[in-house]
Amino acid sequence: MPIIDIKDLSFSYAGTTRPSLSSVTLEVKKGEFVIVTGPSGCGKTTLCRCLNGLVPNFYAGELTGEVLVCGLNARRQPTSVLSRHVGFVFQNPENQLFSLTVERDVAFGPENLGLSRDETRRRVEWALGVTGIGGLRDRAPYELSGGQQQRVALASVLAMEPEIMVLDEPTSFLDPRSSQEILGVVAKLNKDLGITVVLVEHRLDLATRHCNRIVVLDKGMVALDGPPRDVYGRQARLIGIGVPKVTLLFHLLKQDGVEIEKIPVTVEEAEAELREILTH
Amino acid sequence: MITVENLRYAYPNGNEVLHGVNLNIGDGEFVAIMGENGAGKTTLVKTFNGLLKPTDGKVLIDDVETRKTSVAALARSVGLVFQNPDHQLFCETVRDEVAYSLRNFGYPPDVIERRVRGILETLDLMPYVDSSPFMLSGGERKRVALASVLVWNPKHIVLDEPTIGQDYQQKDRLRNFIVQLNTQQKTVVVVTHDVEFIAECRPRVILLSGGRIIADGKAEGILTDKALTERASLIRPQISLLFSSVADLPRDVIDVFSAKAVINSAVRRRT
Amino acid sequence: MSMRIFEGFKFTKLQTPIHLMDPRAKFIMIMVVFVISLLFTNVLILTIIFLAQLPLIWLGRSMRRWGGSMKGGFLLAGLIFFMNLITGSTFTYSLAMTIRFLALLSSFSTFFMTTSPDDLGLALEQAHVPYSLCFTFTTAVRLVPTMAVDAQTVIDAQRSRGLELDKGNLLKRIRNYIPILIPLIVSAIRRSVELAEALESRAFGLSSKRQPLIVLEMKASDYLVVIVSLLLLSLAGWASLYAQLPSIEIPLQLPRLW
Repeated sequence: MPIIDIKDLSFSYAGTTRPSLSSVTLEVKKGEFVIVTGPSGCGKTTLCRCLNGLVPNFYAGELTGEVLVCGLNARRQPTSVLSRHVGFVFQNPENQLFSLTVERDVAFGPENLGLSRDETRRRVEWALGVTGIGGLRDRAPYELSGGQQQRVALASVLAMEPEIMVLDEPTSFLDPRSSQEILGVVAKLNKDLGITVVLVEHRLDLATRHCNRIVVLDKGMVALDGPPRDVYGRQARLIGIGVPKVTLLFHLLKQDGVEIEKIPVTVEEAEAELREILTH
Repeated sequence: MITVENLRYAYPNGNEVLHGVNLNIGDGEFVAIMGENGAGKTTLVKTFNGLLKPTDGKVLIDDVETRKTSVAALARSVGLVFQNPDHQLFCETVRDEVAYSLRNFGYPPDVIERRVRGILETLDLMPYVDSSPFMLSGGERKRVALASVLVWNPKHIVLDEPTIGQDYQQKDRLRNFIVQLNTQQKTVVVVTHDVEFIAECRPRVILLSGGRIIADGKAEGILTDKALTERASLIRPQISLLFSSVADLPRDVIDVFSAKAVINSAVRRRT
Repeated sequence: MSMRIFEGFKFTKLQTPIHLMDPRAKFIMIMVVFVISLLFTNVLILTIIFLAQLPLIWLGRSMRRWGGSMKGGFLLAGLIFFMNLITGSTFTYSLAMTIRFLALLSSFSTFFMTTSPDDLGLALEQAHVPYSLCFTFTTAVRLVPTMAVDAQTVIDAQRSRGLELDKGNLLKRIRNYIPILIPLIVSAIRRSVELAEALESRAFGLSSKRQPLIVLEMKASDYLVVIVSLLLLSLAGWASLYAQLPSIEIPLQLPRLW
C-alpha cells in the first residue's frame, strides 16, 4: 500500500475562483525520495499542505478528492495528529524555531506530544546526532547561520519520528554550499532511516542526484511524473523548470546531431557521457 | 562612478563586518557581488546610498563622499532594490506605490503620471495599476518593488538578492531585463549567491568573504576557481565542474551555449 | 525616552551567579526590593535601597547595560521630579520619589537582563500558569529582536526611496511613519502566519500534559536568597512602622511659577 495515496485531489483557497490543485492523482511508496517542482503558482506548496492537514484545517477552501497518508484520511485528521507521521520543514528557517536553545527547540515537538521526559530526552539526543548538530545544543537558534538553522528545524521535526518528511523549498534562503549540505542530510535520512521524502525544490541542479522520481506540477495539475531522465525533456523546458545545466547541454548537443547514449541528469553522469563522445 | 577606499564598517555594538574594502565600479558597468551569507555583501551596498556611513575609509558616488551627503540625496543617483518587497509596500494602489519616490523627490504631478505609466508598461504591470500591491503574487510584488525604484531613473542600480524565491522563467526574464538595463548605460550591481544565474550573463564578479574582497575580475575566471569558490561558500557552475574533469577542454567556460559550441567543434574534430 | 532604555531589559547569556539563580528566587528577591521601596518615603533609605542593588548588577556583569536603562529613564525620572515639585511637594520628597522610581527601574531591569525568557516561561509553567500563556509570553520576547531588525530594514528601504524622517513640521513627521508602520504590520502578520503553521506542524496543543525536558530546580543557594529576602522584608516592615529613621531635609525651594 502506498504511504501517500492521493486520488483526484482538487482544492481552491477560500475566496478564490481559480483552483490551486486540479484533479491531482499521485501515489508515493514508502522510502521514495520524490522531488516536486514547477513554475511559481503551480500548486506545489498547496500539495504539501494537503499532506499534513494544513489544508483544509489551517487554510480553508473547497477540497474534493481523497488524501490518504500512512493510512489516515488527511482530510479528516487535525494537523497535530498528522504531524506524528508527516514532518514539515518550511522555507524560512527563522519562522519555525521557537526556543532560545537548540536543545529545547528539538524537544518542543515531543513535549507537545505529551511524551515522558526520558522519551523526549532519548529522541532529542537521537535527532541531534543524526543531523550532526550535537555541538550546537546550547546555542540560541537566532545566532546560527541559515544552514545551521535549517538543520535544527530538521532535527526538531525528526524528533517527532515521522515516517514522511515534507520540505517546502528548504534551500531558498541558503547559500549554495549550505544548500548542498542540507540536501545531503535529507538524503541520508532517506537512505539510512528509510524516511519517505517529498521535497519541493527549484534547485534541481543540487537536488536531482538524491531523488528517484520527479513530479512536475503546472497550473495545479500533474504535468510530468517519473525518473529524472524521463522528465527532463522538451516538455519540462517548455513548462519552465530549472532543468540542470548539464542536462540542457546534452539535449542541445543531441539536437545538433551528436550521438548521446544517455542524457545525464547529474554532473557525474555528464562527465562519463562526455568522455564517451569525445573518445568514441 | 562608485569608489570605495579602505572601507571599514562596524555595527554600533562593535562588531566589524567590513575589514578594508577597496573597489571601483565605473559608469555603465555590470557587476555581481558574490559571497557566502554573512560575508558583508548587503552591508557593502548599503554604504553606496549612504544608509550606512563608513566607520573608516570612504565611499564616493560620482566623486561625492557619502559621509557628507544625506541618504535622500544619494538615493537620486543610487537606486537600491531590497530583497523582500514586503518590507516596503504600503500604498493602496500600485500606481501610488510606484509614485511614492517621485513625490518624495518633488517631481511635478504630470511628470509623475508619465513616468509611472512608463515604468509600469516596461515591466508588464499596467493591468495592476489600480490594484492593491498586497493582493499581487510574490513575483508581481517583486516587480512592483523594482518599478518603484527604477521610476526615478537612477544612474546606478543595485539589486539585493533579486533571484531568491523566483522560479526558472522569472529568473530568465529578470536576467534579460538586467542586461537590457545595462545596455542603457546604467551601472548595474547585483548582490547574489546564485552562481548559475551569473554564469549565464557573465558580468564582472567581485567575491566577498569574511568582510574582505578575495577576488575581482571576470566571471569565467573566478567562478571556475575551486579554492575561491569554496572559500566563499559557492559551488562552481555545473558546466565548469564538467569541463574541469575532462582533459583538453578549456577551463573558463561556464555557460551552456559556449559549452555546446566547444563540444560540437571537439566532436567534429574527431570525426 | 530614548531607545537605550530597552537595552536595560535585554537578556544576554552569561554565567554569573545572578544569571544562574533560579528565576523564581530572583523574582522573590526583586519583589522584595519593590515592596521595600514602596514602604519608605525617606530619601536616605531610598538611596540606600538604590545603591544596594549595584553590587548585584555588578555581579551580573550588566553594569553597562544598566547604565543604558538609567540614561534612557532619565527623562521620565526628571518628569517625576518636576511633577512632584509642581504639585507642592518639598524638594526632598520629590528627590525621594525620583530615587524610588530609579530603584524600581533598576530592580526590574536587573531581573530581565539576567533571566532568559525561556526560563521565565518555564517558571510560569511550573507555577501552573496555562501553557498557551507561557508560550505567548516567551514567543513575544523572542520576537522583539527579530521585529527590531525588520523595522530597521523597512526604514532603510523607505529612506532609499527618498523618505526623510527628520524633516518637516510635526504633522508631516507623524505622517512619515505610515510608510514604516504599514510594512512592519504586514510583515508581522505574515511572520505570525508562518509561525502558526510551524506550530501546528509540531503538534502544538495536542497534549495538555506536557513534561518539559528541562526543569527548574531550586538549589540550596536559591533557597538562601529567598530566606534572606523575606527576612529583609520583615525587617523593613518593622522599621517602617516602629523605628526612628535618620533623615535629612534639603532646604531648597524652587520659585513658584504661578
